[in-house]
Amino acid sequence: MKEELQELYKYRELLYMITYRDIKVRYKQSIMGFLWAILMPILIVMSGIVVRYAYAMVGHAPLKTADIAEVAIKSIPWAFIVSSIRFSCNSLTNNRDLVVKIYFPKEIFPMAAVLACFFDFLVACAALVIFLVVAKIGLSIYLLWVPVLLVTVVMMCVGIGMLVSAASLFFRDVKYIVEIFLTFGIFFTPVFYNIRMLGDRGKLLLLNPIAPLLEGLSATVVHHQSPDVHWYLYSLVFSLAAFLGGFILFKDLEPAFAESI
Amino acid sequence: MSDIALRMEHIYKKFRKGETYNSLRDLLPAITGKMFRGQELNAGDVREFWALQDISFEVKRGEALGIIGRNGAGKSTALKILSRIMKPTKGLMVVNGRLSALLEVTAGFHPDLTGMENIFLHGTILGMSKREIQSKLDQIIAFSGLEEFIETPVKRYSSGMYARLGFSVAAHVDPDVLVVDEVLSVGDFVFQQRCMDRIRSIIKAGTTVLFVSHNLKSVTEICERSMLLEHGKMLLLAETNTVIQEYLKSPVTLATPQENRPVLLSSVRVRDDSGEQTTFESGQTAWVDIEVTARERVDKLAISLWLRDEREYEIFDTSTERLGCGSITLQPGQSYRCTFELTLNVAHGKFELCTEAFQCELEKIYDHKVPAATLFVGSSMAVRGAVNCFPRVIESLVCNGGTKCTTITSLSNPLEL
Repeated sequence: MKEELQELYKYRELLYMITYRDIKVRYKQSIMGFLWAILMPILIVMSGIVVRYAYAMVGHAPLKTADIAEVAIKSIPWAFIVSSIRFSCNSLTNNRDLVVKIYFPKEIFPMAAVLACFFDFLVACAALVIFLVVAKIGLSIYLLWVPVLLVTVVMMCVGIGMLVSAASLFFRDVKYIVEIFLTFGIFFTPVFYNIRMLGDRGKLLLLNPIAPLLEGLSATVVHHQSPDVHWYLYSLVFSLAAFLGGFILFKDLEPAFAESI
Repeated sequence: MSDIALRMEHIYKKFRKGETYNSLRDLLPAITGKMFRGQELNAGDVREFWALQDISFEVKRGEALGIIGRNGAGKSTALKILSRIMKPTKGLMVVNGRLSALLEVTAGFHPDLTGMENIFLHGTILGMSKREIQSKLDQIIAFSGLEEFIETPVKRYSSGMYARLGFSVAAHVDPDVLVVDEVLSVGDFVFQQRCMDRIRSIIKAGTTVLFVSHNLKSVTEICERSMLLEHGKMLLLAETNTVIQEYLKSPVTLATPQENRPVLLSSVRVRDDSGEQTTFESGQTAWVDIEVTARERVDKLAISLWLRDEREYEIFDTSTERLGCGSITLQPGQSYRCTFELTLNVAHGKFELCTEAFQCELEKIYDHKVPAATLFVGSSMAVRGAVNCFPRVIESLVCNGGTKCTTITSLSNPLEL
């Protein structure tokens, strides 16, 4: 484990190069360029607003700016999670030539996939910040939680990314299963709604390890509160387990990649 | 540090032939089937074979070791294990220092990126640091000869340019151990020879090299010792010349003529003025005796003869018909003999002599031997390319503003060996 992490550190420039390649190629290929990075988040935010509007109509309460900000602050990380898992899932099979022909730590592929999506996320965040400023959401000391929460999210994505990329190398239908989870996952994650809306049973949804992180983001940024630390620790443990478990399993399977792909 | 750069001890590699489960949809029913009905997983479908068996050798620091073998002998598997892409089933491998493999020179390229971007991408994939690439950038670009196109996306490159850029990057990695596969089958002739020069200079600089090739000439030039692989086993590890002799002894399967052919090429012999021969000096005369036997009546028969180089490029072609022998008619049971005289104005290398018996009007091929013989042509002249134009410099002057000239050297004829 230690040796493997050292080797990964040795190849950090390669991680950077592959990430750069993935970003560059994506922006070169699409006519819309940078718009691409914010298109999907915008769509998710719009659908979130529609859902929240429907809630407001049913509950006879007005739709507040804070509600929209809440949807936005949770949708953008969700878009990042979805695209990074989707992208890393295919990262090994899409780089067949490199997997078969050249030696280097292959976890670089799912990692670079997540990082490239994180770049898109940052672009979308810039748009989000403008919105938050216009919406007069304001600042607070709790914003210091944001990087902590984001690191936890990224770590979880990398862990899951390593697992699904290796799995889809061995089993070609894994990507369809992953796709189904990503499509319907949004209903089991408090993105468009928050857990308070579901009353006491809403707590059950916090078992979804992504939920406390998204709730935490909206609590710190929009509501200027501390996130629920116990639930955060739950997510952190899950995230660490996903990362370490994913890494160990990935390294375990790696020698068989070249023959099985 | 020890002076052993690389060691393999009793390396075995097993592969599985046949279908394995590559989707969960197939695997899960198979597992449940096994649990409930006691069926064997993968029943009857596990055919294993050993791609490598008990390979042990050592390579000293600075040594070049060749690996020779026919297709399917296990060369590629050996290389993949050496370059750590695959893990051996059993056995131990030790590499001291940075190992770099020239297995596939363009694997790291992305078509949408420019030449320059790809140099950095491919360079880091091959294990160089960004700073290292930066410092060698000019050398790499100059070596590839693609200065003009370096800002063009590589998808617009020709395949030759692609390969040139790939090799240029790979050749500048400066590893401690270099593993070279048949990469030299890329680019044009002159570029290939530049690649060989580069590999030679890498060896001179003290790098340990493992060289895998079908190209016996290159192996002889580069490696003192070689290993002969056959069906995954190491048959011989000795001086390259001994190994090549052994390799050439093992039978080459020729296209066997079918019984119903009307004309058979019954014998093809290559000789010099002293008798049957396969090694020649550049510029020497060779005679090729060809005999055909007819089983049916044939008319307008002609025999063609051509030479091709190691990459199977035809470099020379002639026929009895074009040389004015007229058309030949044979009755059943008759045979026909002809002797070609060739002046081997070819450069140093291995050439294959091929021959064909055909009907000249219909271009119908009766029989062929491809190749019929292999010729090794030696030359001590410094020429590159496929042909030998027997060059010499007859004057070499430095001029001083037009009028006064100084002769640097007076050259004797370098041909007179």
